[in-house]
Amino acid sequence: MDILSQLFAGLSLGSVLLLAALGLALTFGQMGVINMAHGEFMMAGAYTAFVVQGVVSGAGVSLLVALPLGFVVGGLLGLLLEATLIHRMYARPLDTLLVTWGVALVLQQVARDVFGAPNVDVSAPTWLSGAVEIGGLALPRTRLFILGLAVACVVALTLLLRATPLGRRIRAVVQNRDLAESSGISSRTTDRITFFLGSGLAGIAGVALTLLGSVGPTLGTSYIVDAFLVVVAGGIGQIKGTVVAALSLGMMQAFFEYSTTASVAKVLVFVAVVAFLQVRPQGLVSARTRSLA
Amino acid sequence: MRHRPTSRPAARLAVTSLAALSVLSLAACGAQVDSPQTEGSASAAGSCVDTSGDSVKVGFLNSLSGTMAISEQTVHDSLQLAAAEINADGGVLGKQLEIVTEDGQSEPTVFAEKATKLITSDCVAAVFGGWTSASRKAMLPVFESNDSLLFYPVQYEGLESSPNIFYTGATTNQQIVPALDYLAEQGVTSLFLVGSDYVFPRTANKIINAYAQAHGIEIVGEEYAPLGHTDFSTIVNKVKSADADAVFNTLNGDSNVAFFKEYTNAGLSAEDMPVLSVSIAEEEIGGIGVENVVGQLTAWNYYETVESPENAAFVEAFKAEYGQDRPTSDPMEAAYTSLYLWREMVEKAESFAVADVQEAADGVTYDAPEGTVVVDGDNHHISKTSLVGKIGDDGLIHTEWSSEEPIEPDPYLEGYDWADGLS
Repeated sequence: MDILSQLFAGLSLGSVLLLAALGLALTFGQMGVINMAHGEFMMAGAYTAFVVQGVVSGAGVSLLVALPLGFVVGGLLGLLLEATLIHRMYARPLDTLLVTWGVALVLQQVARDVFGAPNVDVSAPTWLSGAVEIGGLALPRTRLFILGLAVACVVALTLLLRATPLGRRIRAVVQNRDLAESSGISSRTTDRITFFLGSGLAGIAGVALTLLGSVGPTLGTSYIVDAFLVVVAGGIGQIKGTVVAALSLGMMQAFFEYSTTASVAKVLVFVAVVAFLQVRPQGLVSARTRSLA
Repeated sequence: MRHRPTSRPAARLAVTSLAALSVLSLAACGAQVDSPQTEGSASAAGSCVDTSGDSVKVGFLNSLSGTMAISEQTVHDSLQLAAAEINADGGVLGKQLEIVTEDGQSEPTVFAEKATKLITSDCVAAVFGGWTSASRKAMLPVFESNDSLLFYPVQYEGLESSPNIFYTGATTNQQIVPALDYLAEQGVTSLFLVGSDYVFPRTANKIINAYAQAHGIEIVGEEYAPLGHTDFSTIVNKVKSADADAVFNTLNGDSNVAFFKEYTNAGLSAEDMPVLSVSIAEEEIGGIGVENVVGQLTAWNYYETVESPENAAFVEAFKAEYGQDRPTSDPMEAAYTSLYLWREMVEKAESFAVADVQEAADGVTYDAPEGTVVVDGDNHHISKTSLVGKIGDDGLIHTEWSSEEPIEPDPYLEGYDWADGLS
């Protein structure tokens, strides 16, 4: 039974990583922007859940209100960042790292000023408290919910990219910006929408994280490194790769942690990813592009 | 013309960004490391404390920014309260206190730098503050080489005493050992240890292991999570399958929130397997969510609910100053008490000079909110009543068990046979 509960722990950790990394797969993967403020967009989503809890009194519904609202708040922050700073440095990924890191620090301080330094708590709705018992195995409802949410986000994003005109435009711009421009697609607008989507996903991840821990100004920093690890290991810009990498890293962390300790497991996962990138620098799934550049 | 990354540049981008990220995360780790300071510029010769006027300077050194600000701001607030009260009461030896505030920024090295500044350029008579053991260890050589005084208000792992530091929080024999005695009395025969991965929990667990061995308690598991760790599913799985009589929790900070949420979600509660924590105080309970910790145990020397006229006055004054929703906690009380203890010492010595205060310290008493405390001149700790409390659904901690009288401080655990060879 230990193996089974660890399997679930790994799956659950994987789904958390996936939620955190999915938005990055868009902004980092598809657009080449190293957005260090991605974690702070998650924080913004988490604080949105906190604010919504204060406004919507019924604890049962506040989570459902917070999810779309978190998406919008994260998305708008992303849009603002893109419109003011990021769009000036699309060809300079390392500059985006520094700029967005600065933005991340500013956002943390803003959160501290607005919500105070102490962490705040978002109470989970009653329909998510406790665990589902399956054959002696207790699966916490919050974990199942996050798993479901991650699946829903992946499906929605895949459908959007594959089956809508907007998705086609995004993929076109990513694959060959100039050719896309010359066929009448506005790459400026597409960039903005892509950034809105990626940052919005961070907002959703933030709302989900309130089910697991407390909400504080530094919430994002604990996830940002793991999220980048997932995107890089998965193969930049590949949703498929991001999914596989998130689940593998989650599983690895859970099983290493079970047989060793939490600190050792973190190191082992990092070593494994670095070793893997030596063999396959392009990540799990490599990008196929028709780009002429 | 803007180029989009193709697979080769993408790989290079990936490796570069990973490298940059690991540097950033390593830089963050660096903050946790104990770094003994060697302050070249500091001279031990003569103190520059100016007591000629009608005021005297004291320094408050707390983290007002960074990861520890959450906790240390509360200590700073209660120090300010004590200073205001003392000034309204006529000051110390007739002199008004002039507060110099410095921000330790949650960095041990900054604590050492700011302590040097407070002592050598602000010329304060004493410094109050510090929280993490790393910050204390970094400041210790500064206070010793400048022969100045630090009042440190937080429970810690013991095994230390310096003539230049007064410890007004609990040492292990006033918190952890009585908590273990309580658990043993309740019939606990197996324990699971969960802690953050740094100096305090590891030292505490060394002591707990020694105690357990001598008292026939089986340690069925010992797990550490990095500071800031937020995914406790594996650790909770291990706790659950070990099925101990109780869990001894030395986690610090945010990790407690994630741990208790996971604990509750996994279907565990205080009835199945009680968790006794030594680092969760009143202000953290709101952050964890009362429903996730109700009925769980804590060990401290003070709770907001302690019944004494001194505590009623302290709680009322604090809430009047900072708001009715602000709870008081053990480190806040210890900090508040430390300023009054310093006043008692100075007035007994009739001098602000460090040597005179050290000389006068032994036997100084003060009726603190936690009860009457006495300073031990040998090890500079104070006697404290030990409490085990249960978290109520009002979000406050209610005393469940109390030691019969204040316990004498014994930082090196010399009075315990089982603790031989621990230091």
